[in-house]
Formats: sequence, structure tokens, C-alpha cells
Amino acid sequence: MSLQPDTLLELSPLLRMQWEEAQQRYVILYPEGMIELNETAAAILELCDGQHNLTSIVEKLERKYDASGIESDVREMLESALNNGWIREIIAH
Amino acid sequence: MAGSEKSSLTKPRWLLAELTYACPLQCPYCSNPLDYARLGDELSTEEWRRVLSEARALGAVQLGLSGGEPLTRRDLAEIVTHARQLGYYTNLITSGYGLDEVRIAELKSAGLDHIQVSIQSPEKLLNDELAGTESFEHKLEVARWVKQHGYPMVLCVVIHRQNIHQMQQILEMADELGADYLELANTQYYGWALLNRDHLLPTREQFAEAEAIAQSYKEKVKGRMKIYYVVPDYYEDRPKACMNGWGTTFLTIAPDGMALPCHAARELPGLNCPSVRDFSIREIWYESAAFNRFRNYGWMKEPCRSCPEKEKDFGGCRCQAYLMTGDMADADPVCSKSPHHHRVLEAIASTQRSASDKPLFFRNARNSRALTG
Ligand code: SF4
Ligand code: SF4
Repeated sequence: MSLQPDTLLELSPLLRMQWEEAQQRYVILYPEGMIELNETAAAILELCDGQHNLTSIVEKLERKYDASGIESDVREMLESALNNGWIREIIAH
Repeated sequence: MAGSEKSSLTKPRWLLAELTYACPLQCPYCSNPLDYARLGDELSTEEWRRVLSEARALGAVQLGLSGGEPLTRRDLAEIVTHARQLGYYTNLITSGYGLDEVRIAELKSAGLDHIQVSIQSPEKLLNDELAGTESFEHKLEVARWVKQHGYPMVLCVVIHRQNIHQMQQILEMADELGADYLELANTQYYGWALLNRDHLLPTREQFAEAEAIAQSYKEKVKGRMKIYYVVPDYYEDRPKACMNGWGTTFLTIAPDGMALPCHAARELPGLNCPSVRDFSIREIWYESAAFNRFRNYGWMKEPCRSCPEKEKDFGGCRCQAYLMTGDMADADPVCSKSPHHHRVLEAIASTQRSASDKPLFFRNARNSRALTG
């Protein structure tokens, strides 16, 4: 699936992302399973809040980490999240 | 067990809370112990709240509320509310029997994350016969309500010889109901299922055919329905990595408060599983003899002890080893390296013969008392 840079993204309502104190990391919870997220993945997915798209996620993260040229990594991560059903696109009607 | 070992032990991640053994259905493959009707008082609401809090503090995050039929507990919503406040991801594992829309909405606002409804068969006649109760239409309705109320819907069908030929219809039913997840759980042979094994174990051919149908359907529903396929280990030549390793990940609390490393562990003699009425979850997880009994590899006998695969499957299932060899420290006889592997082959052979000379035992209180007197 290829991602449009201006499509708003949100976490799938079928799962939950939360901080786990015992594991000192963010996790994604869904029926029968759990994915432990690394810091980068968590930072990207946190911005999938229905208010951001690929472009604005990249901007925010470049500012936050004082980095540049991260777009292709972010895109790759988001596309795989999309394919796994962790996030979905908000298509305007 | 010394406190210094704690740091090397993993924390529980999954808590299975078996709230009650009461159930209006009578499935002949039920995983509850045969003697369930003789077991003691159920934990109170207050005791469950404490168990949930203590396990959460230790690291448990996935919570299964099962039974029996958990809906028979009147304090279910109260327990769910507490679980949600603690941050659990909460799964109600139910037959759907007795669930109505009001209760579904009530549980949703209490914070329940998802509902797993089990259906015995896509055909009314067989469903009602296996459940021992007329329940088919009601279950379908419950599955639709679950969806309508915004829960992820997990449909569970236990697979065995009576319904394995309906694989295609099972898949179509799940798709039609809009299931987000379909769990096709081949029967595991403990408790009632072991007692009824000659009626339940499919033949190798039936199993292979059903698996092929399920696998090709997986492709068809990719992206809208996830299919979990639990293989019947009798037809494998290596055992499953049972419970992801004893005392590493899973913690089950039985209705009477007994803490079990796996929900079938109650059948193991001399294990003396501790009760949450006597100990904290922390003491149980780290210090009890039962939870330490099969941790790591020191307890193993040959052929597991010197086997290069022991880190992959941990020697398989302790309950299956005990039930088929009489020694819970033996290799799981599913393994082709086990000197008892022929017992599995014999079970398979005996299932090919007619099963009609033995009665089918339904899971109910009368049978429980009669069988375990
Ligand atoms: S397997 Fe059937 S009889 Fe056993 S608890 Fe579940 S619904 Fe009840
Ligand atoms: S011998 Fe034991 S450890 Fe090796 S594969 Fe068989 S069950 Fe697993």
C-alpha cells in the first residue's frame, strides 16, 4: 500500500497503544497479542492521532530529534503499520 | 528459592482469570477439570480485585476473563472496571449464552476491550447438540451485537472430528458475521476432551484437508479477518512450546483461587499449586515450588536433557507428558524422539476405528461427580 503524504492517519480503533511501566516501553495491544515498540516506532505511532499526516509527522519528528532526511524511514514504518492494520487512513467523504 | 534469582526470571504478561466453573453449556471438549463440580468456593469480588492489582503490578497486561461461563458472575462489570483502571487489555472469553445488548453496552462502558464468542458449529443442529443446549441463533445474534458495539470481534470455533468437515462453512460464517479474528482451535486433549478423544480426534486426512481449506481462505480474507490456526499437536512430530515455557509468561487463576502455570496443571499430582488465598501473586510467581518446578532445564530427563531443540519447545507440555506417560518430567510424547511416542500413534490408530462403543461424556455436574467419585 502506498501512502499519500497529506492523508490523515489514526491508530486502528481495534487496538490500544500504551506505556508499560514493567517493560519500560510502549506496546500495542490487540486481541490475543502484544507488540513491543522501540522508541522510534512509538514516537511515530503516537502522532497517528487523526490530526497528522505523513508530512506533518516528519516535520514534527525532525524538529523533536533535530534530524533531517528521515522521510523515507518514516514512510516505510507507516506503510508497514498500515499493512498490518495498526493504523488507518482517514478518507474524507 | 533465593530472592537473588528474581532478576533472572521473566515477569508474567498474561493473566487468565477463570472466574467460575458454572456454565450453562456442556461441551464434551471443555478444558475445565473433570472434578470441577467438587472444587471449592469461588473467589469473591474483593479477592479478584486484589489478584488483578497484584498481577498488574508484576507486569501482567493481557487479561482473559473466562470460566466456565464468566457471564454467570454478577460482578463481571465491576471486575472489568477494576481491570481497565489498572491498564489491562481485557478479553471476555464467552459462549455468548445469556449475553444481551444491555450487558454488552454495560461492559463496554466498564472498559472491556474485546469479546471472544465461541460457536460450536455453523449448523444449528450440531451446534446445539455439542453445546448440550439450544443456543445457535442466540450466539449469532450476540456476535452481531459485539460488532455493532464497536468491539473487535473474535470468533472461536473448537475443531474436532464432529465439525472438521464443516471447515468451509465455518470460514464463511465468520466472514459473514464480520469477525475481525477467527480462532480455529484444534482440540487439545486434556480433561473432558481426553475422556472423549475417540469421538473428537480427526483423522490425519481430515485434518490435512481442513488445514488446506483454512490456509487458502486466509489469502481471501487478508486485510479484513485474521485467522489464528491452532494445530492439533498429535499430528506434529515436535511438541508445542507449551505456555511459552513454564512460569515465564502465563499465569492462570482458577475459580477457587488456585494459581496455575497452565490451566491444565491442576491435573499434575504432587505439584501442590498455591492458592491466592494464602499467598501474594509475587510470592506465587517467584517463590512457589509449583512455578519453579519446570523452569529452565534442570528438571529434564533424556531425551530432552541433551537435545539441541530443548530451547525451542522446552520439552513440550508437562500435562500431556503426565497424562500419557505417567511422569510429568518426561518428554511430551508428541515428540518423535520420545520413547512413548507410540502412545500418540496408538491414539490416532484407535480413532480410525469405530468410536461408537464408548459413550460421549458431556461436561456437566452430574458427570463430573460420577466420574471423579
Ligand atoms: S467449553 Fe463449553 S462447557 Fe466448557 S466452559 Fe466453555 S462453554 Fe462451558
Ligand atoms: S526430545 Fe525433548 S527437547 Fe528435544 S525436541 Fe523432543 S520434546 Fe523437544
